[in-house]
Amino acid sequence: MSAPLIPNLFDVCKVLVGAIVGIVQQILYGLAGPVPPLRGLGDFLGSDPIVTLLTWFIVVTVIVLWVTVINLFTVMWVERKLYSRLQDRYGIMISVWSLPFWPFNRMRRPTHKGTGYLQNLADGVKLIQKENITPRNADSAMFHISPILIASSTLMVFAVLPWSSGFYVANLELGILFILAAFSLAPLGILISGWAANNKYTLVGGLRAAAMLLSYSIPMILAVIALVVFTGTLDPVRLVQQQDRPLVLAGVALPIPAWNAFGPQFLGFLIFSIAMIAEMERVPFDIPEAEAELVEGWTTEYSGMRFGIVFAFKWLRLLAASALISILYLGGWSGPVFATAYVGSFAVPILPEEFWFLLRVYALSAFFVWLSWSVPRVRIDQILNIGWKRLIPYSLLAILVAAGFRAIG
Amino acid sequence: MPEFWINMGPQHPMTHGLWNMKVKVDGETVVDAKPEIGYLHRGYEKIMEVREFQKNVVLTDRLCYVSSITWSHAYCLAVEKMMGIETPERGQWIRVISLELQRIASHLMWLASYGPDLGLLTGLLWSLRERELFLDLIQLMSGARMNQNYPRVGGVRNDLPENFEAMCKRSIAHFREKLENEYTQIFHESKIFRMRTEGVGTISAADAINWGVTGPNLRACGVNVDLRRLDPYETYEEVDFEPQVWHDGGAGDSYARFVCRFNELEQSCQIILQALEKMPKTGPYRVKNPRRAEGDGYAKTEDSRGEALFYVIGDGDDRPYRVKIRSPVFSTMAATPMLLRGNKLADVVSILGSVDVCVGEMDK
Repeated sequence: MSAPLIPNLFDVCKVLVGAIVGIVQQILYGLAGPVPPLRGLGDFLGSDPIVTLLTWFIVVTVIVLWVTVINLFTVMWVERKLYSRLQDRYGIMISVWSLPFWPFNRMRRPTHKGTGYLQNLADGVKLIQKENITPRNADSAMFHISPILIASSTLMVFAVLPWSSGFYVANLELGILFILAAFSLAPLGILISGWAANNKYTLVGGLRAAAMLLSYSIPMILAVIALVVFTGTLDPVRLVQQQDRPLVLAGVALPIPAWNAFGPQFLGFLIFSIAMIAEMERVPFDIPEAEAELVEGWTTEYSGMRFGIVFAFKWLRLLAASALISILYLGGWSGPVFATAYVGSFAVPILPEEFWFLLRVYALSAFFVWLSWSVPRVRIDQILNIGWKRLIPYSLLAILVAAGFRAIG
Repeated sequence: MPEFWINMGPQHPMTHGLWNMKVKVDGETVVDAKPEIGYLHRGYEKIMEVREFQKNVVLTDRLCYVSSITWSHAYCLAVEKMMGIETPERGQWIRVISLELQRIASHLMWLASYGPDLGLLTGLLWSLRERELFLDLIQLMSGARMNQNYPRVGGVRNDLPENFEAMCKRSIAHFREKLENEYTQIFHESKIFRMRTEGVGTISAADAINWGVTGPNLRACGVNVDLRRLDPYETYEEVDFEPQVWHDGGAGDSYARFVCRFNELEQSCQIILQALEKMPKTGPYRVKNPRRAEGDGYAKTEDSRGEALFYVIGDGDDRPYRVKIRSPVFSTMAATPMLLRGNKLADVVSILGSVDVCVGEMDK
């Protein structure tokens, strides 16, 4: 029996906000004796539209904190620790034991004993302290706007992306379409920043991002079209529900789940994953910021926390892409075991849907990290070749296969 | 987009040292290239005229900071020829061992920098990890990891330490295992690596000879020139090894250069093992040498990057009258615009990485 830890994020937050507003209301009513207008203010605060509005603020804050504070730091740690181990070294080591307030002698507990989880926090603090330099000949407004555009468009993905059947901000009928649209906005920001910085390296990097956008976005969309033809829905929650059943092959129910990746959508799964690597700007497709020839590509001129933003957004995209792949092709939050404990009459899931979803997301992230640190980078003409000559024909084939299966039934 | 020049250097991740490659691009395609060198010029040939023969060994160490022993050895060889003295046999064998250890360390440094040039940072860490093995051996032998100051006019500074043979064999056995498995998997057998290297930066054998390209870069064009074979110095004629020449099609591209250098690692391991077997176990390793000398000496050696040449003239004083250094990278650098033209911008890095640039010896 699958159950999400959070039955419905909005309802949970509304109960919470309602309770807080109720307390404030009681205080206002108590003060209403000497100051009568406060009673009207209390009634206004307690009215349903205001509580709903406040709840929306809280919901968005919760999901932003959940994504950027908890998951972003974790995925950064996973990547930095994993590729360090791949390269036969310790990697990041600043952890909670490195903090200065421990009573024991820190000389006895050197920093390299740590697991490194707080290294990214330390890096962030360092970046905030640094000077924010704008090149003299840069277009200052666009130069400063584009990191915000890039980061916010990636955060928009998480407005619709569900973490379980209840843990989401909004559930749209066309949720997948919205996610892909928000996902494809960032290369525009890259182009703007590359042009605005007025530097040859950033310019080449930005133009590369624009050239790449066409070559991998089209097969990505085509692969999703094949999926939609096959499943008939763009709603992420319904997509996952469809995959939560055993795979039936020739009338026999097999003991493996009916994930889209196992069915006729396998080709689409491969195409979508490859296009997603390019969408994430990871090696082997990280040519807009090829550090070998373009110094740091389009991020060359950024300094301070702006550099931190444009650097961290790639991990946000890694999270979003892993979540998207698992929803579309790998069964989302469906899992083999859903244990539930009863506290009185209240059911508390021990292995909730969120657990299985995060398991997939981090396994996929680790896979992408593993892949990107074991292969060299491809060249711009090679990625255009791969995109236009391989991925697009194959994704058209995937649509054909999906349509064929749909026609047969 | 109009054509424009991009400076790759002097401060750029592509440059392994301080130099500038000006590249003129049309979109992504390189239409012209112009190497700008001289940032690291220290006037070696002039400095050496005011220092004594024996003290110049320290200077020649600094010609190439990743391949010190090969350079100071070339200088010592030239001075010995001018003075007319010969190294004792054990000294010659020790020199062969030190040269090959240095060659492996130098090639591993090249491999380490070639990985990030292609975007493969794991190659950097792995190569540097194995380089430590050979730096440790060199440190055992000479006492320093860098700028060893080990060869001397008339021999080497000190004898091999105790147990050196066993340690050498152990390190080489470990290294060979890595060479066959890990490195092959991450470099040769990677499809993307082959895509990035095959067919780019091609130079024909005739062009390479005309431009003065030597060493592994020339052997990658299919020309069998290895001074350790053709003009053996020290005891190279007694060891059995195969000069790495590219025989298949597609000669002269980045991949051929990579394979030739990569296979030289294995050949150097063979040479070291043979030298450890064949060298006399005891005996003098250095002879006395005169402080003053007259005449000229000329030594040609196979450096890690090509043919290193030293020409020393003495006029009877205790310092050289004139020293001429022929750096292989200097000549190769002249040919790089030809290698780069017509390739993509991203290949500038991989091509220049594959020819193995060392700025110290290039600028002298």
